[in-house]
Amino acid sequence: MHLTGKFCNTEGVDTPAVKGADGLLGEVERAEAALRAAADRAGAGSFEAVIEADQKIEPRDVMPEDYRKGLIRQIAQHAHSEIIGMQPEGNWITRAPSLRRKAILLAKVQDEAGHGLYLYAAAETLGVTREELTEALLSGRQKYSSIFNYPTLTWADMGAIGWLVDGAAIVNQVPLCRCSYGPYARAMIRICKEESFHQRQGYQSLYVLANGSPEQRRMAQDAVNRWWYPSLAMFGPPDSESTHSAQSMAWKIKRFSNDELRQRFVDMCVPQADILGLTLPDPDLKWNEQRGHYDFTPPDFDELMRVVKGDGPCNRQRMAHRRRAHDEGAWVREAAAAYAAKGKTA
Amino acid sequence: MTDPMSEGSSRVNQQARVPQRSGGTPLELADDALIAAQRLSEWVARAPTLEEDVALTNIALDQLGVARLLLQSLGDEDELAYRRGDAEFRNCLLVELPFGRARGDLDFGWTVVWLLFLAAAQKLRYEAWDNEVAAKAVKESAYHLDHATQWVIRLGDGTSLSRERVQAAVEELWPYTHELTEGIRDDWLSIVEPVLKEATLVKPSHDTWRPSGGRSGRHTEHLSYVLAEMQALHRAHPGVQW
Ligand SMILES: [Fe+2]
Ligand SMILES: [Fe+2]
Repeated sequence: MHLTGKFCNTEGVDTPAVKGADGLLGEVERAEAALRAAADRAGAGSFEAVIEADQKIEPRDVMPEDYRKGLIRQIAQHAHSEIIGMQPEGNWITRAPSLRRKAILLAKVQDEAGHGLYLYAAAETLGVTREELTEALLSGRQKYSSIFNYPTLTWADMGAIGWLVDGAAIVNQVPLCRCSYGPYARAMIRICKEESFHQRQGYQSLYVLANGSPEQRRMAQDAVNRWWYPSLAMFGPPDSESTHSAQSMAWKIKRFSNDELRQRFVDMCVPQADILGLTLPDPDLKWNEQRGHYDFTPPDFDELMRVVKGDGPCNRQRMAHRRRAHDEGAWVREAAAAYAAKGKTA
Repeated sequence: MTDPMSEGSSRVNQQARVPQRSGGTPLELADDALIAAQRLSEWVARAPTLEEDVALTNIALDQLGVARLLLQSLGDEDELAYRRGDAEFRNCLLVELPFGRARGDLDFGWTVVWLLFLAAAQKLRYEAWDNEVAAKAVKESAYHLDHATQWVIRLGDGTSLSRERVQAAVEELWPYTHELTEGIRDDWLSIVEPVLKEATLVKPSHDTWRPSGGRSGRHTEHLSYVLAEMQALHRAHPGVQW
C-alpha cells in the first residue's frame, strides 16, 4: 500500500542529492541492525537491566507505570500528528500543477495515514485502545505537532514542508529508531525510511521552483520564509524549559536533547539552502568556527506556546475538520459493526 | 454540435479516436480515470476510518496512474489534463458528479455505490483491451471492485440508516450507468446485480431517464468546477516546469 518509492523519480530534472539526509538514512539502517542483534541476545532480566544492556522492552515485559504512560503520551501525540498532518498537504492535491506532482503528493499523504496506523498499533501494545486515543485527540486532551497549525498558502509550501518539516521530523525521529521500547523502535524504522523519501521529493520540488520562473522563485522563497521558524520550533522548548526530557533520556526513549537536535537540523539545512539558491530568513545565521556549528536565531518560543495552547492560525480549523470527519463517519462505523455482529463475512 | 476532438485537434494523436466500443477509446478511459481520481482526492483526511483513508487514497492513486499511462500514449499528459476545456473531456457523466446530491457533498455510501458501478465497468473495458496498461489496470480495478462490493454489502445489510443511504445512492446513480456501460451492459449487470442482491438493495423500478453526453463533450454543470480547481494553478503559470 505504500507507494512512495514508486514515484521517487527525478526524471528530466537535474537535482543534487539532499546533502546530509543520506547519512541519517544510514543511521536508520544501523538502528535496524542493532535491533535485530538485541533480539538475538538472551533476555537480560529486570526492566533496569534490559535498559542498561540496550535491549528492547517488549509489550509482555514488566515496566514502570510512568514509562508506560509516558510512552503512550509520546506515541499517541506522534500518531495524532500524522493524522492531522494529512490536512495541510491534502489541501493541495486537487490543485497540484502536474499529474506527476499530484501522484507524488497523494502517495505522500497516503503514507502519513499509514504512519498513523502503525503508531496507533504501537500505542495499543501498551494497553490503550484506538477509540481512547481518538477521543483524546478530538477532546483536545492529547496534542499533535504544532507545525500543522500553520496554513499551506501556495504550491511551494508542498516543497518547503517536504524539505523542512519532513526534514525536521527525520532529525527528531531517527534517534527514536533506537528507542528502548521495541514496538515503537520498529515503527520508527519503517516510518523514517518513508519520511526520507518525502524529504527528498519536497527538496526536489522546491529546487525546480527555485530554478523556475521569477514567480515560482518568489513563491519558493516566501514558503521557506514562512516555514523556517515553525520548523525550528518542532524540536520543542529549549532544554532549560523541557519538562519530560531527563527521565526520557534515562529510560533511553529520548537520546538527544531538543537543542542538540535543533542544532543538528540547522547544520544540515544551511548547505542544502545554498544548493537551492534560497535564503534562510535569519540574518544572524553564520558558521561558528569555535563551536563547529552554525549560530542561529532560535524560534519564538512564546509563539510556540501560544500555538500549543490552541491559538495558532489553523488550530480551530484542523480540529473542526478532524471532528467533522469523525462525526460524519459514525454511521458508517456503526453499520460495519452491525454487519459484523450478524456473523456474515463481506 | 461539432466535436472538438475531431480532425485538427492537435493535442490528441489520431489513434485516440479508433473506435473500440466494448473497450471504449483510450481518451474516454483516461478521462474517466482522471476525473475519478480528482473526485476521490476529495476524501483525503475525511474518511470514516483511518484504514479507509489509506484505501481511498490508494484507489485514487491507481486511477491517476492509469489515467497518466493512457494520456501519455495520446500526447503530453499535462497538456491534455490541464489545457483542455470541459467540452473537450470525454469522461462519462457518472465520474464528474459530486459524492452526494449537491456540490460539496461527501457521502461515503454514495461513494462506494459509485465505485461499485465504475470499477465494474472499468474492469470490463480494460479486459477488452490487450496491452500492458490493461493488464495492470485490470488487476487494480478488480481490487477496487472488491473493496466497493464489501462496503456496499456491509452498508446495505448493516443498519436501517445505512441501508436507506446506500439505497438512495443506487437510485440516484443508476440513471448514469447507462452511459457508463454502453456496449457492455449485460456483462456489467451480471457483476453488479448479485452484489445489490446480497446487499438487500434494489434497482430503481423507473428506469427511463438515461442522461448521457459526456462521450461527446456535453457534460453536467459539475465538470467545469472540477476542472477549475484542477487546472487553476497550472494555467496561471503557462510554460513552466513543476
Ligand atoms: Fe509521517
Ligand atoms: Fe512525511
